[in-house]
Amino acid sequence: MIKKAFLSVLLMALVTYLPRVLPIAVFRKEIKSPFIKSFLHYIPFAVLASLTFPDIFFSTGNISTALCGTAVALFLAYKGKGLVVVALGAILTVFLTGLVF
Amino acid sequence: MEQSKKNQFIHGVKRGFPIALGYLPVSFTFGLMAVNGGLPLWLTVFISLTNLTSAGQFAGTSLILSGASYLEVTLTTFVINIRYMLMSLSLSQKLDKNISLAKRLVFGFGITDETFSVASAEPGRLTNEYMLGLISTPILGWSLGTLLGGLICSSLPEALSSAMGIALYGMFIAIIVPPAVSSRPVLTIILVSVAATLLLRYLPVFSFISDGFRAIIATIIGASFGAYFYPVKEESTDD
Repeated sequence: MIKKAFLSVLLMALVTYLPRVLPIAVFRKEIKSPFIKSFLHYIPFAVLASLTFPDIFFSTGNISTALCGTAVALFLAYKGKGLVVVALGAILTVFLTGLVF
Repeated sequence: MEQSKKNQFIHGVKRGFPIALGYLPVSFTFGLMAVNGGLPLWLTVFISLTNLTSAGQFAGTSLILSGASYLEVTLTTFVINIRYMLMSLSLSQKLDKNISLAKRLVFGFGITDETFSVASAEPGRLTNEYMLGLISTPILGWSLGTLLGGLICSSLPEALSSAMGIALYGMFIAIIVPPAVSSRPVLTIILVSVAATLLLRYLPVFSFISDGFRAIIATIIGASFGAYFYPVKEESTDD
């Protein structure tokens, strides 16, 4: 069991590492196309948005607490708070509203 | 010269520090889950050290715990992580051209959703030293959080451990909302990406698409939409 788990972990590490390094290792040319340049520029926002919604609503096992946590995170981020404050604010909100719902 | 390299490294460490702190609750949750599921503590920490990723590692580990085959574990993890190719390609345009292959192979290990986003927002070319600094604290935070979660797993109240499930998404929100407030294109791209994700997820026609591919397709739709309607002007540092 442990041996199989260990081998599985090594395989996971490999297929996590390869997509990260292949493009920066192989690709050095400057991309000229304005479309592709803009496309690459916008990727961070598109990726994180699609990873966050709607999954955040199911992240706590209770949609009501997750909705409250999301609202607080959005508010804190809108106010320009940093990563840590937003994450902790969301956790705390979920925990506290969990006592009610 | 040496001094400027050192400064670059320190600058990277500083930029990586908030990421590391944000990783603590997320990796803590991972440690809890894996050890509660029956993995030994050393293997759980080893997963965080070697994988350094959220979604892929959570999914892969739950599959291992459910006794899935090598192929299932590898394929699922890979599909979830294909998005890193887009990020890595995007970074390839910002890296100092003279950075050697060996150095790229080292710091490339530390590309995550968060380190990538922070590096992308950095003005100018990215140096090897900056990248090394940027990834070092998050690696530490991710492993340390996992270790703590695995150690404390049985004594934490259920309500608190389930509340921590939201931490990862809280970090994502902290990264994308401030630029969306000041930039109309960014806000639009976020909305389009989310709309695409919802359609892919809830329309029965698309139900054959796995979670990992869904994120990739939605990203391509959102970023293409932005590139078409709001092309970035030459040499604009950020908008």
